[in-house]
Amino acid sequence: MAELFQFELVSPERQLLSEQVAEVVVPGSEGEFGVLKNHAPFISTILPGILKVRSEAGGWDEYFVRGGFADVAAGGLTVLAEQAVPVGEISREQLDEAIANAQEDVADAKDDASRQKAEMTLGQLKDVVEALKKA
Amino acid sequence: MPSLKDLRNRIASVKATQKITKAMQMVAAAKLRRAQEAAEAARPYAERMGAVLANLAVAFEGRDDAPKLMSGTGNDQVHLLLVATAERGLCGGFNTNIAKLAREKARSLLKQGKTVKIICVGKKGYDALKRELGQHIIKTIDLRSVKHVGFNNADEIGREVLSMYDDGEFDVCTLFYSTFKSVIAQEPTSQQLIPAHFEAGSSDEGAGANAVYEYEPEETEILADLLPRNISVQIFRALLENAASEQGARMSAMDNATRNAGEMIDKLTISYNRQRQAQITTELIEIISGAEAL
Repeated sequence: MAELFQFELVSPERQLLSEQVAEVVVPGSEGEFGVLKNHAPFISTILPGILKVRSEAGGWDEYFVRGGFADVAAGGLTVLAEQAVPVGEISREQLDEAIANAQEDVADAKDDASRQKAEMTLGQLKDVVEALKKA
Repeated sequence: MPSLKDLRNRIASVKATQKITKAMQMVAAAKLRRAQEAAEAARPYAERMGAVLANLAVAFEGRDDAPKLMSGTGNDQVHLLLVATAERGLCGGFNTNIAKLAREKARSLLKQGKTVKIICVGKKGYDALKRELGQHIIKTIDLRSVKHVGFNNADEIGREVLSMYDDGEFDVCTLFYSTFKSVIAQEPTSQQLIPAHFEAGSSDEGAGANAVYEYEPEETEILADLLPRNISVQIFRALLENAASEQGARMSAMDNATRNAGEMIDKLTISYNRQRQAQITTELIEIISGAEAL
């Protein structure tokens, strides 16, 4: 049995999750990373994507997260996401809206750096849509 | 002396007003609970954000490559005041107090020869400020159509402020709102958004752990990503606090109004009864003296 640690998923509007979990896989900005108990202290920004949580029982719960960061401290893992929705609850419209926003950002970008960033976000969102279609 | 009919009409009208204020009080109470819950639900996010930023800020203290949002533009000539108020009135001193605080700040800045720009979030703030500071108001953001303030509302305002900052339209941004202390106490508050200030106290506990933190990507990049988000988060928090304060203020204002109306009804009823008695007495005297005269 895997050891448990405290995991909190917080969006600006509410705290979605605060419980003991076995493992969390976070879509970090420099690649996905998994967190188990006693992970080294670590802060990473996150990309739009699917965050996976393995509970004590062993089943995986999936959440769509967008914008924010993950904070691994001695006490556990906290993910602060601008938007966090359980995958079951997410609707196509919400994703479409996010994609439309990202496309606007690409169009509005003033310099190369911000355009590159916006395009990355857009690509990520499209990947998420693809992943959800398969599921 | 008003006639009996006038008094009756006035009593009826005050009673109608009392019914309205009572209903408004009850609506405000129901809304207050929801607003309070929303404000409390948002607190963990803002707190964690603040803690992480404070940790990062310590690392950047005194360094030249600190992001502009933290170190500022180097001067403080142009001030942007972001005044968040309610969209509706009838909530006691709520809007007035925020406007007063903002106005005082604007006055002292103008006296020092600084340039002041004002963005009003909420119609009532604009109404209160336009007479004296009308030429400084550059924008009014209307949230009247928004029933429950969502993060995207705050994010929109945040983005706007940021793009103005990037264009060099102001040096210092201060946010005005009302902190929700309790149903009867709301405190108008000003908070400096840009350049960002972090309380040293909150970083103390994290300072030890901070030494071994790893960052991915680099600190600079994380900070550049988080600081703009933090602006939106702070605005969001202010809007939620404001929403709760507004309902609290309205509730107590309407409670007072209901009580006042009750007192007024009592007074009017007494004078109505007196006058009725007086009329009856006069009539009796007339009848008796008429009978005696026969």
